[in-house]
Amino acid sequence: MSVIELERASKTYPGGLQALRDVTLTIGQGELVAICGPSGSGKSTMLHLMGTLDRPSEGRVRLLGHDMATLSDRRLSAVRAHWIGFVFQQFFLTPHLTAVDNVATRLLYLGVPARRRAAAAREALERVGLGNRLTHRPHELSGGERQRVAIARALVARPVVLLADEPTGNLDTAAGAGIFDILWKLHEEGTTVVVITHNTDLAEAVPRRVDLLDGRLQ
Amino acid sequence: MIPAPARLSAWDLAAVGLAGLRARRGRAVLSALGVAIGIASMISVLGISAVSSAGLQEQLARVGTNVLTVAPGHSILGGQASLPLESVARVSHVPGVVGATAIAYMNGATARRTNLIDSAVTNGVGVAAARLDLLATLKGTVRSGTFLNAATARYPAVVLGTYAADRFGIDRPGRQIFVAGRWMTVIGILDPLPLAPDLDATALVGWPYAEKELGFDGHPTIVYERSTADRVTTIAKVLAATANPEHPDQVQVSRPSDALTAELAARAAFNGLFLGLGAVALLVGGIGIANVMVISVLERRQEIGLRRSLGATRGQIRLQFVVEAVVLSLCGGVTGTIVGLAASLLFAFAQGWPLALPAQVITLGVTAAVLVGIVSGLYPARRAAALTPTEALATG
Repeated sequence: MSVIELERASKTYPGGLQALRDVTLTIGQGELVAICGPSGSGKSTMLHLMGTLDRPSEGRVRLLGHDMATLSDRRLSAVRAHWIGFVFQQFFLTPHLTAVDNVATRLLYLGVPARRRAAAAREALERVGLGNRLTHRPHELSGGERQRVAIARALVARPVVLLADEPTGNLDTAAGAGIFDILWKLHEEGTTVVVITHNTDLAEAVPRRVDLLDGRLQ
Repeated sequence: MIPAPARLSAWDLAAVGLAGLRARRGRAVLSALGVAIGIASMISVLGISAVSSAGLQEQLARVGTNVLTVAPGHSILGGQASLPLESVARVSHVPGVVGATAIAYMNGATARRTNLIDSAVTNGVGVAAARLDLLATLKGTVRSGTFLNAATARYPAVVLGTYAADRFGIDRPGRQIFVAGRWMTVIGILDPLPLAPDLDATALVGWPYAEKELGFDGHPTIVYERSTADRVTTIAKVLAATANPEHPDQVQVSRPSDALTAELAARAAFNGLFLGLGAVALLVGGIGIANVMVISVLERRQEIGLRRSLGATRGQIRLQFVVEAVVLSLCGGVTGTIVGLAASLLFAFAQGWPLALPAQVITLGVTAAVLVGIVSGLYPARRAAALTPTEALATG
């Protein structure tokens, strides 16, 4: 069954910049897909379309077979809350919150009651190997640990797909390798993962690789 | 199935709003201060006004509104008229009158602390002869010492009004002061007389002593009359003709409690002005909060983008910022209400007036704060919600 379907999707930004041209792509359940390409090739735009953060100018985006074009902004928000897990290059952790609270914030918009949020957050942090960093704040964590908190935050809602936008872009090689190990592990456990990367080693290793240039699939 | 957005509980909303403020404490305190000042000024104006009108009303209730005064007006030729000798007796026979008394100013007499003080320096203190029932009719009280009685009224004894005592620096009886060219003993000091404030600045001597020793002709200057409450207006109509049947046109009849009633009304008018000033302060505070929230939205675009990517709807983002503004304003409002109430309590305490703090005043303060928060939070919240997730994430 397909998790994400792009059908002749294009994205033109106001001002005429065509970031994505006529992309058709299907990602199935449990796949690990790497998206590669130089800067400005439309990788992030494609990821945003997959994650319903943005709508295509033309073409269709389907998640679990549902056409996203017909959904209101409110419904799209709910789709993100339930189905999508984002991981960003800049982590986007809230500075004054502990690791547990950062992860638990994710569950707020799923309507999970406060008392169950913390328990689920602890469990997700343990899954990414941060069981000993639960009450640390972001500035007390290394870059790799921060990104693992962000991954735990994406995972805690049990999304159907994990979308990672250059998750190792701000990390050194060793920390980056640790992040990839986690993504591999999640893939092996059955999570669908789409990751944008410049890391050629990973790009070579993954089962499926998608190359973009000037907004077109190669 | 396409999922539906979750509803945030009130508790979660409050927690999110508070967390946003905790991250920027100094700024939160400063912007709440603006609202606190506005609310504090409004609450203290309302509180002080409530306390002081309760105080005035109590004073009115104590002294009563059923006293009328009869004073000589001016004669046709412009000279100072006086009341006939028997005016007090006639007034006391009017049906409904329960007491009539009089004082008579000793023209040209001065009261001084000692004979070494120049006679031109009167401190505004006059000398008058008083009837013995003066205090009872005016419901006045003695602060210390005693009032004149049948015995002391025949001797060089003097009772000072409260202002006169203050000017002489006398706080208890026993001293001698220089009155009408001779030494007299202070035997008592009065409390303020709300119905006859002129007497507060007067040295009162006995009627018989004045007639015998000071060359007083016995004509009263002012007659005070107390009647039953229902007869006041009726008596007012006949009082001039009763006191001076030959020249009723040369007599002025007045109701001294009218001055207190007018003061009550005047205060209400002033309160409107001060409340207006408080409202301006509150408005400025609200603008301060709106300002801080607009800046906050600019600074927190990434947080907004993250929350949108985590599944927050536009409505939830909007609500988050409105809640933040309301929490901010409410903190200021509660502080302001406490400060305002404290100011009113202090005022009541200083004046010795009863505490009268209506619960509506507190409700008003808190409600005003919440309203200010909502109004000043709406615009920044709409700006925050208008950002698309990609716009918000793209910054920085």
